[in-house]
Amino acid sequence: MSCDEKVDCGRRRLLVATAAIGGVGGAVVATPFVSSMLPSERAKAAGAPVEVDISKLEPGQMMTVEWRGKPVWIINRTDEQLASLKKVEGEVSDPKSEKNMQPKYCQNETRSIKPNVLVAVGICTHLGCSPTDKFKTGDESGLGATWPGGFICPCHGSTFDMAGRVYKSKPAPDNLEVPPHMYVSDSKIVIGEEKKGA
Amino acid sequence: MAGSENKYKSDGSLAGAALEWVDARFPATSLWKEHLSEYYAPKNFNFWYFFGSLALLVLVLQIVTGIFLVMHFKPDASLNASGVPVAFASVEYIMRDVPWGWLVRYMHSTGASAFFVVVYLHMFRGLLYGSYRKPRELIWIFGLLIFLCLMGEAFFGYLLPWGQMSFWGAQVIVNLFSAIPVIGPDLSIWLRGDFVVGDATLNRFFSFHVIAMPLVLLGLVAAHIIALHEVGSNNPDGVEIKKHKDSNGIPLDGIPFHPYYTVKDIVGVVVFLIVFSAIVFFMPEFGGYFLEYNNFVPADPLKTPPHIAPVWYFTPFYSILRAVTSDFVPFLWLFLALVGWLCVRPSRLPLIVKLGYLGFVGAMFILLGVPAVLASWVGIKLTSILFVGLEAKFWGVVAMGGSVVIIGALPWLDHSPVKSIRYKGSLYKAILTVFVVAFFILGYLGVLAPTPMRTLVSQICSLIYFAFFLLMPWYSKIDKCKPEPERVTG
Amino acid sequence: MKKILTTLLFVPVLAFAGGAELHLDRAPNKRNDVAALQHGAKLFVNYCLNCHSASYMRYNRLQDIGLNDQQIKDNLLFTAEKVGEPMRIAMQQGDAKVWFGAAPPDLTIVARSRASAFGSGPDWLYTYLRSFYRDESRPTGWNNTVFENVGMPHALYELQGIQVKDEHGKLSLATPGKMTAEEYDTAIADLVAYMQYMGEPVSEFRKSLGAMVIAFLAVLLVFAYALKREFWKDIH
Repeated sequence: MSCDEKVDCGRRRLLVATAAIGGVGGAVVATPFVSSMLPSERAKAAGAPVEVDISKLEPGQMMTVEWRGKPVWIINRTDEQLASLKKVEGEVSDPKSEKNMQPKYCQNETRSIKPNVLVAVGICTHLGCSPTDKFKTGDESGLGATWPGGFICPCHGSTFDMAGRVYKSKPAPDNLEVPPHMYVSDSKIVIGEEKKGA
Repeated sequence: MAGSENKYKSDGSLAGAALEWVDARFPATSLWKEHLSEYYAPKNFNFWYFFGSLALLVLVLQIVTGIFLVMHFKPDASLNASGVPVAFASVEYIMRDVPWGWLVRYMHSTGASAFFVVVYLHMFRGLLYGSYRKPRELIWIFGLLIFLCLMGEAFFGYLLPWGQMSFWGAQVIVNLFSAIPVIGPDLSIWLRGDFVVGDATLNRFFSFHVIAMPLVLLGLVAAHIIALHEVGSNNPDGVEIKKHKDSNGIPLDGIPFHPYYTVKDIVGVVVFLIVFSAIVFFMPEFGGYFLEYNNFVPADPLKTPPHIAPVWYFTPFYSILRAVTSDFVPFLWLFLALVGWLCVRPSRLPLIVKLGYLGFVGAMFILLGVPAVLASWVGIKLTSILFVGLEAKFWGVVAMGGSVVIIGALPWLDHSPVKSIRYKGSLYKAILTVFVVAFFILGYLGVLAPTPMRTLVSQICSLIYFAFFLLMPWYSKIDKCKPEPERVTG
Repeated sequence: MKKILTTLLFVPVLAFAGGAELHLDRAPNKRNDVAALQHGAKLFVNYCLNCHSASYMRYNRLQDIGLNDQQIKDNLLFTAEKVGEPMRIAMQQGDAKVWFGAAPPDLTIVARSRASAFGSGPDWLYTYLRSFYRDESRPTGWNNTVFENVGMPHALYELQGIQVKDEHGKLSLATPGKMTAEEYDTAIADLVAYMQYMGEPVSEFRKSLGAMVIAFLAVLLVFAYALKREFWKDIH
């Protein structure tokens, strides 16, 4: 056996080239393995947009549908409830919905496409519990005489108004999330899909 | 071992300092030197020596693909809403719904067969060049244990897709244990955890397949390699390279494993990957041998498919199992007795031992053989009356188990003065050829349904199989070998 | 090359079969014929998916054969609400067992499981679906030369017509159906092509990817071999 002590440039170049090609191959092989941990077709199908008929949803009523395994609330707000939103503007932490918790088309006073119909993910932005609705106002609600109607999270007591906006100095940092949604007809909402260009 | 000369001295660079820090606490440099850069392997390895590193590659491949399959597979025999067993459906889920799941699964299923191809060739290499001979007996034993473990791993894994072949294959193999006298039937119920192969069986096989067997396998592979690096590699000439060393104590015919054999093995790896990819991408079922057609039908405990056979890598041993029919048992005994006599007669054992051997064989033959022959004449199952449980099924299981275990006795059966086939005589070459042919015939017949003719052929081949091993002490001595060279050749 | 290899591999399996020879017609290869696959999908949904499920096959996967979600919704989606759902059926397995004696099997991968020494899975299906004949001795009134005493009645007899078997085992058309014999064969070929596709939707992508992988490995082999030669120049 004879061993050449000085660095052989040709050999080094070949070594680098082979290692580079092999490395590219290794990286490409890793892709399918990493991708196999992404949501499967089944998960995607379960998370597919949900179509909801709201024609029977009377003012003041709320319904819950499941989208991507999460409760999505649809609330047909009464005029009084809408009016209450203005009143509490000083008490909620993000009255103008400036944080990115809703699609662009819902960044308005009512946080909705149609003013009366609120669509929101019923998951508290604190630690993920699902708040309970407290639509009754005043003393009857058990939340004090000034309670204008809204939601309270049973876990840590965060309160939200009728647009899902969180009250100041509560554990939850953000307003309730408004999912992407659109109207396919006057009384049909698709949750999880948006109008093109919206 | 980890002397100070093996500690890395920093050259002042950051990487050098880091390595020095590690080396003071962990023998990184000395391990690297001992097993790679200063492990001296004979320079005359030929292509047969690729299969060891390839086996390691396939092991890694199976573990990695296995980890990802376990993320999606469900070992559950209950039926889902569509009336399909959950386990079966989860495999199809992997094939369709999981991104790239099909590729991971095909790699795993092809890898299983590839593992056996590579391991069989690796074992045959050992046979060709006498790699099992002193001082490498333990390497060989560890290797055989790896092979046994691998068979278990493959068997447990094969149940998991919960198809028809999975189910009935497991059913048949577990029932083999019921052949064991007295405890057999209870043992097979214990193994299954149920009266038939069921959900409990599926779950425990899953556990064995994904954790128990792989752990043992990894330990054995480590032991196999440590033992190899302790004594050094054999080579196609079967001569010790350590006999001729230079002034530094380095074998004259040895070269550092790294870089020489690492770059060489990479070539082998790429060639292997080309063949492997050709199968994975173009014929993953491999004509029904790697993925059997009947296994695309969910397990149905009420309906056996018309023809079941084990996967191809088990068929030689399965053939031996089937070859042992009740009228074959006395022949098997007679054969073993004669083989024993051939070995005992020329030995230097005292006469009394030789006579004792004859007496023992004779008694066994009368006890086992005569009733069997009588039974076949009279048409009564006398054997089962006289020897409760010791039926052909039992001897079949013994023969099958023996056919694997006997491989481990090779180091002590081979008395040839030379190791490598290159210097063995024509007698050994002829016998080895006959053995290989018989092994292939056994494998081939194991795929087929038995007929009287095929059973006869498999009986003859089984005898050849055992004769190769059991007669080796005798023929390896009388074989006319050529002299071994002092140093390795080309 | 692949054919020779496959034939060689099949030899042992053929050898065991011995007596029970089964002659199968070769199914025309329409695996890449999009129009045929779409026609086949329509036939499958209309005629098979009433009793048989294809519970691993999602409707939206049909994008593979050139259909978009809206087309799937409008033309094929009878048994589910969303295109992401699999092709299930309303019939309960238990009911099916009572009605037919055996639950109609799931057909997603039947084109794979029916392969044998006598031909591919598609060959079997292609022959089977054209081999129903009238047999009054059977509870359903139908029998099949490929699948003896089959539990399924001839679901496509309106299209094919009614075949009878003579004493030599030959089938002939006694009452013509809506289709001519040629039309019926084409329809079945399309249906079988669809079922072959459904058995392994990824198969064509798999092969094209395989070609690239092997090409890449071939390049790597050249470099690896050159590297090995370079290093082994040292060894004498």
